[in-house]
Amino acid sequence: MYYFDHSASSPPHEEVVRTLTEVMVQHYANPSSLHRGGQEASKLLERARVVIAKQFGTSPSEWVFTSGGTESNNAAILGAARQYRGRGRHLITTQIEHPSVYDTFKKLEHEGFRVTYLPVDREGRITADQVEQALTAETILVSVMHVNNETGAIQPIHEVGRLLKGRPRILFHVDGVQSVGKLPVSLQESGIDLFSASAHKIRGPRGVGLLYVRQGIELQPILAGGGQENGLRPGTENVAAIVAAAKAFRLAIESQPARHSQMSKLRRRLAEWLESKPQLFVNGGGKEAAGNGKNGTVAPHIINFSYPGMKPEVVVHMLEEHGILASTKSACSSKDSKPSRILEAMGCDNARASSGIRISFGDEHDEKAIDWLCAQLELVTTKLARLERKEERS
Amino acid sequence: MTIKPDLILIRFGEFTIKGRNRKQFERRLVEQVRRVVSPFKTVKLIQTFGRLYIELNEESYEAIAKELKHVFGIVSFSPVLRAEMELESIRERALELMLSCVPSPRTFKVSVRRVVKSFPHESQAMNHLVGGHVLRAMPELKVDVRNPEVELRLELQPEGAFLFTDVVPAAGGFPYGTNGKAMLMLSGGIDSPVAGYLAMRKGLEIEAIHFHSYPFTSDQAKEKVITLARRLCEISGVPMKLHLVSFTEIQTSFTQCNQDHLIITLMRRSMMRIAQKLAEKSGALGIVTGDSLGQVASQTLSSMNVIGRTVDLPLLRPLIMSDKQEIINLAEEIGTFATSILPYEDCCTLFVPKSPSTNPNLNVVMKVESFIPRLDEMIAEAVATTEEIVLRPGEQHEAEQAGQDDWF
Repeated sequence: MYYFDHSASSPPHEEVVRTLTEVMVQHYANPSSLHRGGQEASKLLERARVVIAKQFGTSPSEWVFTSGGTESNNAAILGAARQYRGRGRHLITTQIEHPSVYDTFKKLEHEGFRVTYLPVDREGRITADQVEQALTAETILVSVMHVNNETGAIQPIHEVGRLLKGRPRILFHVDGVQSVGKLPVSLQESGIDLFSASAHKIRGPRGVGLLYVRQGIELQPILAGGGQENGLRPGTENVAAIVAAAKAFRLAIESQPARHSQMSKLRRRLAEWLESKPQLFVNGGGKEAAGNGKNGTVAPHIINFSYPGMKPEVVVHMLEEHGILASTKSACSSKDSKPSRILEAMGCDNARASSGIRISFGDEHDEKAIDWLCAQLELVTTKLARLERKEERS
Repeated sequence: MTIKPDLILIRFGEFTIKGRNRKQFERRLVEQVRRVVSPFKTVKLIQTFGRLYIELNEESYEAIAKELKHVFGIVSFSPVLRAEMELESIRERALELMLSCVPSPRTFKVSVRRVVKSFPHESQAMNHLVGGHVLRAMPELKVDVRNPEVELRLELQPEGAFLFTDVVPAAGGFPYGTNGKAMLMLSGGIDSPVAGYLAMRKGLEIEAIHFHSYPFTSDQAKEKVITLARRLCEISGVPMKLHLVSFTEIQTSFTQCNQDHLIITLMRRSMMRIAQKLAEKSGALGIVTGDSLGQVASQTLSSMNVIGRTVDLPLLRPLIMSDKQEIINLAEEIGTFATSILPYEDCCTLFVPKSPSTNPNLNVVMKVESFIPRLDEMIAEAVATTEEIVLRPGEQHEAEQAGQDDWF
């Protein structure tokens, strides 16, 4: 079985599993307890924070541990909007954000905020100019994801951050859940104020998210409780998972350049094959789009293609029978059969927007795995060819 | 600045006027700069007469700038763009620099320093050649030689043509340890680390002293002080000694003399005595405290009079005339504030009477002290049993020693 669904969740690194079990067995005390056991647990937590802060060239006090990417996004956006509503009530984001961002903004509309959802081009990208044009005197927060979870499209967060650097009253949030470990992230240079990441996307444990809150920024906490994590995220800390997550982040970020060059090769190979098939369409960046190093417009580990006229669930099930695990849309929204909001925003027609399939790579994949995937896709598309519903294609 | 600078130009501080020591000061300063840039593998230092440049080679300007701000002896620095030594390249980069200014300036002027006299255009001519080019491309912009919003500076140096607009103020002062050694009373509060910082900035080498009353004070309080001392040591870049004095016995003896309102005065006097003895052992010639006039009962003029009389060494009080908010601002800037406000009880908050004396009488205080059995012995004992820790910059933080290394 080949697992091509790493963007949904990734197999934990064996080193991470070892840390998780050892810490879980040895350090069960509550880090808030005054006794030695609690103090030891608390120090482990702080060491995990130091390890993570170092990887991002920031200071430990700027990091909050949460339960995952969704919570980090919620805490950042709700927390910032509510805290700074006195400055203005206009927010900017994009049409292609993950639901944990997109729906949070929808929620804020009910709280009296005005939200601009920036449209994207055919590649699924916005420009910094669009952000600049959307700014008003009332704008207090801009949230742009680094890498789109369905298509892998890279957003120009560095340019947006630079633009916003001259406007200290506007906070800049970046959802980096899909980019950490795949692309370089420089929080300070890109002028990022708030940044979300998730451990289980980078071979860490489920249930740990990171939220970077630049020094000097106050967030209104979304949870009330025992004051942990500087009051920003109350609740007894999941020490073992957090320590294991720190390791996963360190491993993922340290090996990022090597991973990028390996995965972009794989992506190019797969894109070339997909582009040679007349019935399949790559959505977003084509075979050259991952680039080499800094110039890519799409992340190296995600490729999204449509098979118009074919229900994507059918393709996914057929692929599974052929030993391939992949996703329709993103895992989070794959259970509803509506067309993808992301693909629609990119201007795909209904047939194409309703038939997207996402392949996402992991460290275990090599050229052989891609060739196998292509061979299976070939078999599946041949079998399905006579079942295509041509009338749905426009 | 929204474009990547090529270099950082560093300007030295007031010590440049001190003729004889200058060489040594410069050497110390370069050592310190070399230390703060050492994590950035590809940068190169270029030292020329009275100047220091950091060649960035794609490393992060922001990250290095953050460190440079705390190097004692640096007055200011500037992110610099480098151009070829020919007009077209200089014009192009000058425009690039001007376009990157946020917010876009309305007025500017060009200042040219031509160190390389062989450069074909004279300073005055360069001024017009560069300024004119910028003006043509930025029609909104006007020249204002008296009070420009942005000063575009061009230096024609043997190392290249350097362009910059920003001048970032840094710590100033003297390089660390060029003005002798003093002891710092480090309580764990907001003030004392700031006092230590200011002392170090003036070139003092510092050894810190902390008093603890275990088990009335906790291990966390002690660790908090270690974290603060470590931060100071990170700033200076030089190892720092931290003396941990057990004060439990002395402090509890004061609680038994029925002079509650004098407890703080008595404590401070004994602390001073211990500090002076430790200073003698370390060869330090002063005691630095975080006192700020009138801030608390022990910092009124008459309290300081009664407390200060216990020692002969000069008492250095860098914060004496500062307001609390000024001190807090500085604490935030040097990165000690967040630690200082951690809510662990220390010696000075322990057994605090409801109404401590703001106007203690020296004779009464001395009389009370004379009734305390074994006070001198207890003081000698506290000095003898003082625990010494040496903190080293770049060393692992306490938290970084938690658990097993291979878990991380």
